[in-house]
Amino acid sequence: MRLRLTEEEAAFREEMRAFFTTEIPQHVRDTVATGHHVGKDDYVETMRVMNAAGLAVPNWPVEWGGRDWTPLQRHIWHEEMQLACVPPPLAFNANMVGPVIANFGSQEQKERFLPPTANLDIWWAQGFSEPNAGSDLASLTTRAVRDGDDWIVNGQKTWTTLGQHADWIFCLARTDPEAERKQQGISFLLFPMDSPGVTLRPIELIDGSFEVNEVFFDDVRVPGDLLVGEVNQGWSYAKFLLGNERVGVAPVGATKRALARLKEIAQESGALDDELTAARFVELENELLALELTALRVVAHSSDGKPHPASSVLKLKGTELQQAVSELAVDLAGPLSLASGSDTVPEWAALSAPTYLNLRKASIYGGSNEIQRQIIAGTILGL
Amino acid sequence: MDFTLDEEQEALRDAVRGLLKGYDPAVDAERRRHVTGEDPGFDEGLWGRLAEMGVLGLPFAEADGGMDAGPVEVAVVCEEIGRVLAPEPYVASVVLAGGLVAALGSDEQRAELLGGLASGERLLAYAEGEVAEPVVQGARADTIVWNVGGEVLVGPRPDGVTAYRTHDGGRAARLELDRGAVTPLGAGGDATDVVALVKAQAQIAACHEALGAMDTALRMTTAYLTTRKQFGVTLNRFQALTFRAADLYTALELTRSIVTWATLVAAESDDPVAVRHAAARAKLQTARAGRLIGQEAIQLHGGIGMTAEYAVGHYASRLTALNHWLGDAREQVALLSAGLTDHTVLDPLDA
Repeated sequence: MRLRLTEEEAAFREEMRAFFTTEIPQHVRDTVATGHHVGKDDYVETMRVMNAAGLAVPNWPVEWGGRDWTPLQRHIWHEEMQLACVPPPLAFNANMVGPVIANFGSQEQKERFLPPTANLDIWWAQGFSEPNAGSDLASLTTRAVRDGDDWIVNGQKTWTTLGQHADWIFCLARTDPEAERKQQGISFLLFPMDSPGVTLRPIELIDGSFEVNEVFFDDVRVPGDLLVGEVNQGWSYAKFLLGNERVGVAPVGATKRALARLKEIAQESGALDDELTAARFVELENELLALELTALRVVAHSSDGKPHPASSVLKLKGTELQQAVSELAVDLAGPLSLASGSDTVPEWAALSAPTYLNLRKASIYGGSNEIQRQIIAGTILGL
Repeated sequence: MDFTLDEEQEALRDAVRGLLKGYDPAVDAERRRHVTGEDPGFDEGLWGRLAEMGVLGLPFAEADGGMDAGPVEVAVVCEEIGRVLAPEPYVASVVLAGGLVAALGSDEQRAELLGGLASGERLLAYAEGEVAEPVVQGARADTIVWNVGGEVLVGPRPDGVTAYRTHDGGRAARLELDRGAVTPLGAGGDATDVVALVKAQAQIAACHEALGAMDTALRMTTAYLTTRKQFGVTLNRFQALTFRAADLYTALELTRSIVTWATLVAAESDDPVAVRHAAARAKLQTARAGRLIGQEAIQLHGGIGMTAEYAVGHYASRLTALNHWLGDAREQVALLSAGLTDHTVLDPLDA
């Protein structure tokens, strides 16, 4: 057993810290630090700076811009990024479709899509969830029917996050409705969002934000060479993708930073002199520490690249703590939290309730926390 | 950064596990009830075999009759003790009372007291205050290590002390200090900082005992859920129950992470304040998880969990005892609150 980082690991951490705190545009980091939504241009600018430095897609194969890092190095990269208030590389590109294409796509697809995906020249949207296929994703009904070499897609997707910015969509569609099991007969398709027959409708969320969309497909024609991997094998690619999604979904560094900022605010206002308030900070810091150490244990023991079953613990607890910190912010703001439309109360107080409401999503997306409990009970505890 | 045991540590774990196997209440539920039913509340034969194995001298210098091992090895032993709910007073006698002798005692005191402790011939107890209660094994111990306001004294067990049974099956007593019967440990004088550091090491060891107990309580509970039938199906068919088990697993794994980390801080850090804070963090998390797992293990078993002849309730009792011994959650929160503004964010790799 050993706690300390090796000299090489410590040097790596310094390198990451220096990069994220000096190379990423300050205005982007300020946007994140103050709890505002990050706009498209900021995402694109940040990911391009990171890509130019070879730091946008370290999880990809080396020949496509990945880095042959240890799981611990990847963890350090991710944590330092969050602590420095840097928006992470767009998940749909870096964690989702990129690795799927790199692992299962044709050589032509790799050459065509991977470089612009890493550089965010293409902004991808995720076409998975449907109105009747949420946690039970495999019951999806969007259809793709052969027409010569092409596929004709009909159906509807929903909860398409930041789809309003998207150039392309990766999409699960049913290609064999007669298959024995619903997990069979699904394929993984790529097509441009401006294809004829694609309609996007924004969904307003409870905090007034527009993050997610409905996407409708009406006889959308998709060339056959835009099907990834094999026909009817899409579910296995989707499972691969969702496993990756869960790993990055415990936002330890970002939650630590949010809590640190609240602590500073509470200290300045005198709220921290109240023992009950101080105790809430202590308990949250402690739980976050336990979570971070659990994440370190998981990365240290997942050498084969497959997600450790305990990654469900990270998603479950990580989102609970993220939400708990947002609750603390609302409570610290007190009655000022009602003044969400005001520009005279402190900005953090005005943003506290919308942020709290917005973060209710965290226990729903990325495999709802009930699905995570199901995984823990089933695959770990054998129940 | 590496959270795995090396080969020697694994061998130690396997040896202790092997020795304690016959005492596992899951293997022989009556044995523990019988042992804890009679004074001194633990098996002196087993204590002797732990001595033969070198376990009782584990953290002490070889020159004092010990094995020169560190916090990780102590942790390994404590976790195995907790796993089978062994009532032997390892943390109280070896880690805490023995730890104070090792840290403060003169050459002669260390040779005599630690030599006797390691060989199993002399039991030590730790007493806090001039009137100390509850002193774990205070009526059986041969030697009492007193902490009176940071001044550490040592002397024989006072006469006429009787033991009472604690709710977890252990033994404790009320002791009154007789100034004429004790001598300073080492040079004497104020040793507040040393006491705090040794107590922190004992807190971490107690957390490992709790980890072992929580692990078993959860295993027993999941095994029960897959075998007990109601409404014609096993209980694991009810999602309301399996989800609660998933939450227990989450609590246990987070606690395991922070307790293991605190052990490594104790093993590697030169800063006593860092060790005390790490111990407080481990103790706080263990208190929260121990209470949850103890309560839920009984609830998910139903009525059988309430009975003395079934082990799971005793796990809840022991976890409750460990929570309130050596500083409860409230005490840890108070300590950590005072240091809340010393850092912006916590950095576990730089403790």
